[in-house]
Amino acid sequence: MTTISLKNRIPAKISGSLQQLFAFGSLIVILVFFSFASPYFFTTSNLVGILMAATVTGILALGTTFVIIAGGIDLSIGTGMILCGVMTGVFQTYWGWPVWAGVLGAVLFGGLIGFVNGFNISVLGIPPFIATLGMMLVASGLSLVISGTKPIYFKEHPEFQLLMNYSVIPGMRFPLGVLIFLILIVVAAVILAKTILGRYAYSIGSNEAATELSGVNVAKWKIIIYSMAGLFVGIAGVLAASRLSSAQPVGGMGLELEAIAAVVIGGTSLQGGKGSIVGTMIGALIVAVLTNGLRVTAVPQEWQSVVVGCVILVAVYMDILRRKRA
Amino acid sequence: MTEAILSMRGISKHFGGVQALSNVDLDVYPGEVVALVGDNGAGKSTLVKAICGVNPPDEGEILFQGTPVRIDTPHAAQSLGIATVFQDLALCDNLDVVSNLYLGRERLRLGVLDEVEMERRSGQLLKELSATIPSLRTVVAALSGGQRQTVAISRSLLGEPKVVLLDEPTAALGVSQTEQVLNLISRLRERGLGVMVISHNMVDVRAVADKVVILRLGKVNGRFNMHEVTNEQIIASITGASMNGGVA
Repeated sequence: MTTISLKNRIPAKISGSLQQLFAFGSLIVILVFFSFASPYFFTTSNLVGILMAATVTGILALGTTFVIIAGGIDLSIGTGMILCGVMTGVFQTYWGWPVWAGVLGAVLFGGLIGFVNGFNISVLGIPPFIATLGMMLVASGLSLVISGTKPIYFKEHPEFQLLMNYSVIPGMRFPLGVLIFLILIVVAAVILAKTILGRYAYSIGSNEAATELSGVNVAKWKIIIYSMAGLFVGIAGVLAASRLSSAQPVGGMGLELEAIAAVVIGGTSLQGGKGSIVGTMIGALIVAVLTNGLRVTAVPQEWQSVVVGCVILVAVYMDILRRKRA
Repeated sequence: MTEAILSMRGISKHFGGVQALSNVDLDVYPGEVVALVGDNGAGKSTLVKAICGVNPPDEGEILFQGTPVRIDTPHAAQSLGIATVFQDLALCDNLDVVSNLYLGRERLRLGVLDEVEMERRSGQLLKELSATIPSLRTVVAALSGGQRQTVAISRSLLGEPKVVLLDEPTAALGVSQTEQVLNLISRLRERGLGVMVISHNMVDVRAVADKVVILRLGKVNGRFNMHEVTNEQIIASITGASMNGGVA
């Protein structure tokens, strides 16, 4: 039985991973291009920099992959991440919590943001776009209010910055943050492919009414999915704060689009029901490499966002093309 | 005579000022196929939705194996042993056959999905039903209408139900696909299940049903044993040319 279906499983897998193959090819092309375009690009320190940038966007994108597969969207992840950074600053510096408690508290705070999103969407029935747009503004404002618009430094806990920056391999610069990212990729991939949560993300995104009729409590699972995305937001916020060894209350807007771009470039359909973690990771690398490459080749900042914007448009258009063919 | 597996007593349902069902009585016995027929808007789908927990009735009583039960959600109906195959199929296009069959009742092993077990049992079930599906790992979107209906019906059997409700199972199907689905329905009867089929198609009804109940404007307008009734009688009852005919 298993062998028969394994044989038959191959064609579906191939068509599903075409976009991933294309994205992976694009990544290689971009890497080669920038290596020739700038002597600084293909250096260890720059590549590590790319990985660290990809870590923050990538962790946001991991949670967002679940949300988008389930047919939703989360615009609050960028400013939510900033708010979680501020919260870990509040916990550690203002309230004097130990590092582990400050980190855990901020991650759970991210989960709380996600829970509120999920509640607003599935219980109150606010459309995901609007619900998370509102949360995006709320989080952005709260970061400023709580921090008094000033950065919070981790004076009491200088070791906090090691969370992102500590080099796990002696003699080589391989930051702990990147290792955490790699572990989270595996965790997310297992949850998506092997657990009931992943299965329901796909089924809700594919046909929400059918999932409900099958006896699945859709509202509950949506709340769980948004809450989990929120936990990833919390982790990203903590790592971003650790990287700078300070919690910056400003910014974050636009990061959600980078994360969503990573998800879509990786072949996850904005219509829901389709997608993979591997694809999202390739997407996150493309976004990080592109942003970094444009910077080291001294393309002006304004043009950088033009390019990234165009890449997003192309990726979404390809999603539409794929659906037409199917 | 054995006890009815599912009985409805005085079921009424209105939407605003529209009385969709009034005082409907209906019994389904084990190993019996009851066809529920009627014109558009007669209340057939509303009745199914009232029994399966999607739109619970305003008044009336549902008895399951002789015991009064409350069915407020699809989940409650399923846990009692009432499975429903909806008109719009209620399948997830992007998921494969096994995932659809087990949607909502996934098997877990050590906290993760037990794909091997689910696939094995899916294969076994489809084999028992002599259903032909090209591959258990095909996404449902790639199947034909008849195959999709086969998946939808087979799926309802996984919860080991006592009663299966089918809403227009042969609508929009080709001739051989219809044949396939009707065979499947006969096999449900052989398994001793109570089956209620909504249909528009007189040929299908005649091919598969033991009894026929006619709804007209939300009321039962006739009940017949299939071998004692002519198509003309059924049609007269559907259109209202005859009132309250039949015995069954």
